[in-house]
Amino acid sequence: MQIRKTSQLLIAAVALTISPFALAGTTITGAGSTWVYPLISKWAATYAKETGAQINYQAIGSGGGIAQIKSGTVAFGASDMPLKPEELHADHLIQFPTAIAGEDLVVNLPGIKPGQLILSGPVVARIYLGEIKKWNDPAIQALNKGLKLPDMAITVVHRSDGSGTTFTFANYLSKINKTWAEKVGANTSIAWPTGVGGKGNAGVAAYVQRIRGSIGYVEYAYILENHMNYARMFNREGKLLSPSLKGFQAAASHVNFVTAKDFYVILTDQPGATSWPISGCTWEILRVNAPKETNTEVTTFFNWGFEHGQQLAESIGYGPLPENAVTAIKAYWKEKLGI
Amino acid sequence: MSEDRAMEGGGTAAPAAPIPSQVMPRRAWGDLFFRGLTGFTALFLLLVLIAIGVALWREGWDAFRTFGFGFLWSTSWNPVTNQYGALIFIFGTLVSSLLAMLMAVPVSFGIAFFISELAPHWLRQPISSAIELLAGIPSIIFGMWGLLVFAPVFGNLEPWINDHLGKIPGIGRLFQGPPMGIGMLATGIVLGIMIIPFISAIMRDVFLSTPIVLKESAYALGGTTWEVMRHVILPFTRSAVVGGIFLGLGRALGETMAVTFVIGNTDILSASLLMPGNSIAAVLANEFTEATTHLYKSSLLALGFILFVVSFLVLVLAKLLLWRMEKRIGGGVL
Repeated sequence: MQIRKTSQLLIAAVALTISPFALAGTTITGAGSTWVYPLISKWAATYAKETGAQINYQAIGSGGGIAQIKSGTVAFGASDMPLKPEELHADHLIQFPTAIAGEDLVVNLPGIKPGQLILSGPVVARIYLGEIKKWNDPAIQALNKGLKLPDMAITVVHRSDGSGTTFTFANYLSKINKTWAEKVGANTSIAWPTGVGGKGNAGVAAYVQRIRGSIGYVEYAYILENHMNYARMFNREGKLLSPSLKGFQAAASHVNFVTAKDFYVILTDQPGATSWPISGCTWEILRVNAPKETNTEVTTFFNWGFEHGQQLAESIGYGPLPENAVTAIKAYWKEKLGI
Repeated sequence: MSEDRAMEGGGTAAPAAPIPSQVMPRRAWGDLFFRGLTGFTALFLLLVLIAIGVALWREGWDAFRTFGFGFLWSTSWNPVTNQYGALIFIFGTLVSSLLAMLMAVPVSFGIAFFISELAPHWLRQPISSAIELLAGIPSIIFGMWGLLVFAPVFGNLEPWINDHLGKIPGIGRLFQGPPMGIGMLATGIVLGIMIIPFISAIMRDVFLSTPIVLKESAYALGGTTWEVMRHVILPFTRSAVVGGIFLGLGRALGETMAVTFVIGNTDILSASLLMPGNSIAAVLANEFTEATTHLYKSSLLALGFILFVVSFLVLVLAKLLLWRMEKRIGGGVL
């Protein structure tokens, strides 16, 4: 333990010394989620231009981010899975959400164009449990009356690396399907009943593009960028939707950020006609006991993001938080950190 | 060594009166210093090895304590319920490496045989350079090539494998599965291609190191090229050849990136070589960053320790094999 801490300090020291900006102004260090990395790096670039403060964010994964903030080697950690209030309390941490996003299923089916295939939560759960094995299964056919689905085996593709995307997806299936909730559950890594694993969104996308009859889940931003063959989904209220930022924000509008303790909210399977069923959120984690200047630097950055970075966020597929959530976050900072 | 020197020094110095004290000690000091320095570097390696083993054991201790020996043969790997077992990964590591060796050893032997004995002189250098170049390619490139280029092609071949090899009674079960292009067999092939350069480069070097006198004597007795290879070169170089093979095996066992890309990363035990699986190195690479609970991380490090032990056992096995071969032949040639 001691050795690890020392080596981390050493690495941090080396990184600081060789960073050309170390002397130019303040440098805020953060680590964690790969999912939020594009957003933070976009914000950081503009923020540095406007204020001179540098953000040094390492996308080492949510688990790594949580470990780093706990050991105090970074100023903030980022995770796609919220920590439970008890756990936060025990380690003297606080957390607040930053942005909203969503994910969808993508398929490789000959003759079927993006958005043509229609799926529902129960059907997706049964596919991922390995209960539905063929594309022309009556359950899928019933949702797609006009489409001619091939007599082809379904190859399930999932993430092989631990990921917030997996957490959100598995959490959704847990809410939809009892068997899933009992046998599999939700976490950043889970024991998949079937299928093959690809590393990262890119790995899942590569498998789906190469294996005929495959189905996988990827982030919305990734679908947008790569024009993938996405499916439409029925949401909780039985409305058929295509994935969109509006849908993710609609889902977010149905959870109460203001009353949730430590912003422990899950955005999957929310009510509302326009709510996208597989929506998610990303959180930043701070240490209560960190020097006040450090925490102030971090909150100033994210405050700037909330106020000036929303358009930037939307341009790369992240939805802004609802107005009342931002207000609640500022009150939370005041209460917990005195900032 | 230094004792010999001292004796030698003593021998020459004995007839003369007491030695002028500056000359000898200075030589001895230099020797001693050099000996200490080289000894330290060798010892350092040993220390690092032990330190790695101890560190892995200590960090993995929680997993071993929680699951006991069951950790070794449990097939459950479930981060949600915090249940961990290593069997799927041990199996995947061993099978993929075995497949790689089945492919790489004969091919490497062929390459080395051709270069050292059969190839016209002008062709030797280009092939040798190609091998060395291949050895320098980072493994992730092999992984990407495996996923993006090889897997689609192999996926088209798999229906044929299903229909022909899959029909053979008994071993047919090994060759049945969906035509995905990724899985255990694909991993074995990609790994095999990856380690060919290492094995063939060593084999070539040692084949070329066989004294020409030996070879020419054999040819003079009327030996064919194959007979010379079989009865002169191979016996002369066998320990280095076996060493080279096991070096390749060591690489295959620990290979991470190339395997992660093509093995399928599925924690399900399957008899078929066409089905996806998982390996120790691959699961470490995939799950380490997001291992949030202590037991989870400990289990991953315990896997690391198992890989360490497996590699060690492989080396011991190689030494034993060599030792038995030497004994059977009776002291060996030369």
